[in-house]
Amino acid sequence: MKAVAHALLEPGFFSSSQVHVAVAVGAAAAVVAAAVGSFAVLRGQSFAGEALGDIGATGGAGAFLVGVGPLWGFLAMGSAAAAVMELVGIQRARGRDLATGIVLAVGLGLAALFFSLDATYHPTTGATQTILFGSIFAVPGSTVAPAIALGALALAIVVALHRPLLLVSASPELAAARGLPVRALGAAYLLALAVSVALAALTIGTILSTALLVGPPAAAMRLSARPVRAMVIAALLGVGAVWLGIALSWDSFYWPPSGHGWPVSFFVVALVVVFYGLAALPRAWRSRRCGQRHGAPGQPPTMPARGRRPAVGG
Amino acid sequence: MTEPSEQAKPADAALMAADAARAAEAPLLAVEGVSVRLGGREVLHDVSFAVGAGQFTGLIGSNGAGKTTLLRVILGLTAADSGTVRLAAANGAGHHTGQRARVGYVPQKFAFDSDMPMRARDLVALGIDAQRLGIALPSRRRRERVEQMLAAVDALAFADTRIGSLSGGEQQRVLIAHALISRPQLLLLDEPLANLDLASAQGVVALLARICAEQGIAVLISAHEMNPLLPVLDRIVYLAHGRAASGTTQEVVRADVLSRLYGRHVDVLHVHGRVLVVAGAGDDSDLEGHEGGVSGGSHSGGAEVVL
Repeated sequence: MKAVAHALLEPGFFSSSQVHVAVAVGAAAAVVAAAVGSFAVLRGQSFAGEALGDIGATGGAGAFLVGVGPLWGFLAMGSAAAAVMELVGIQRARGRDLATGIVLAVGLGLAALFFSLDATYHPTTGATQTILFGSIFAVPGSTVAPAIALGALALAIVVALHRPLLLVSASPELAAARGLPVRALGAAYLLALAVSVALAALTIGTILSTALLVGPPAAAMRLSARPVRAMVIAALLGVGAVWLGIALSWDSFYWPPSGHGWPVSFFVVALVVVFYGLAALPRAWRSRRCGQRHGAPGQPPTMPARGRRPAVGG
Repeated sequence: MTEPSEQAKPADAALMAADAARAAEAPLLAVEGVSVRLGGREVLHDVSFAVGAGQFTGLIGSNGAGKTTLLRVILGLTAADSGTVRLAAANGAGHHTGQRARVGYVPQKFAFDSDMPMRARDLVALGIDAQRLGIALPSRRRRERVEQMLAAVDALAFADTRIGSLSGGEQQRVLIAHALISRPQLLLLDEPLANLDLASAQGVVALLARICAEQGIAVLISAHEMNPLLPVLDRIVYLAHGRAASGTTQEVVRADVLSRLYGRHVDVLHVHGRVLVVAGAGDDSDLEGHEGGVSGGSHSGGAEVVL
């Protein structure tokens, strides 16, 4: 078994403490992103998750400036942004995009300032690359415990509120008629979203965090029609993408151009996209075989189509 | 409404009569003098009616008459500017138990994404305990209860299909099951027959009438077209311009009552078992805005305007 692993993986993979940290933090981030992200897709709040990730860049850049770990920057900025979104009115369908857009614009403006200050005061740290695209191998061991604790908090929120959230996501009107506190549920959910985005940003960077948040749930929704099962599948796909991404990135150190490993984030996002594509196959296969019972396959869930890259110096 | 007086011990027949009287005096739902203004416009004006336990009541009116607002006031989702809504659970003898009656609701608008990972049976199961914390543990009792409910609304055939890929009539059945599984005493439905073809509409009406009779659930169903409901209605609440007239169909669907409600002369015609509410001759110009109202697609640009 170990021989097989060694044939596939380049030497040093299992003995590196950086890899241990990456594997632990990455798995926690992927599981939480899957559970929380499933509701983001159901609730049509993928854009909010994306915005919270982008704004995390502001927090991460600020954290570099004052010399604390980026996780705390992601978290502080993300929860502040979530609170503002809630106040501006994310609970209304029209207010949702508006609230998200306003907060996103303000956050990215600040990010531009912070990154430029980072480049002035700490020219050698490579803050921009680390914050925007992640560097899970550079996560210090001391971050593991708080990262897992935060992950447990976000997971606890969505597991505890699973049934109410599911009904609110399916139909806010049904939930309100039943007397569920729709607004409070939304606020609690937004907090869980901010935390899970911070963890995903730590793993694959703020800009790519949505890929982990939306990609695996979107793929899982194609594979299962059951809400809980879809979330479990999303978690498995997410953890698979992260672990495989870490292994490939480790191996890529020996790929040409030799001596420069490819970033983990690239592999994770590429794998998520591949999983999403493959997830369409079973249904296509079934509908070819049995004809179409319930015709319209409908629109595929939104994937993070990233055209935009914030222009920041660094 | 006065509370029933001190208990005597009359003979059986008299007891039954007294019970019936008490049930009428102790309605499940009592709406009294409700007025609602929304955005400066008076949507409901001094609306009063009552629904007794097990009664099948139609809330009839054209689009914009205030039906949805009235249902939202009953649910507590919209506040009334004046008037009261009492939802009082009553026991078999018609005595109030002091508890609020349980209410099920089937909303008018629902747009489930076709790829949403939720089967019909999952949505019905959420009807049992959506307010509870934690993930529902699978149990045989829960599964059987959902199965029975799906069977009761003839939805077993598509129980495992994603809710978003069902037809309008199928989704309607699933939503009715979702509302009924929490064992309500009063079921509110907002325009469940809109957007259904005639056969599906008749299917839903027959289903509701059966469940209402079998389980003793009171039904308050809103519709802009009363004809599919007429065979099963116990009572009718007719809304026009935010005002209401209520009673039995014979009491309400009459030219004099409806003319007073609309504030102009209308005729009530009985044609091949259908009831048509028609504006009086020469009155057309006033009624343009209400075309396409009460009887939906039954008018075809003839001389008279059908309300």
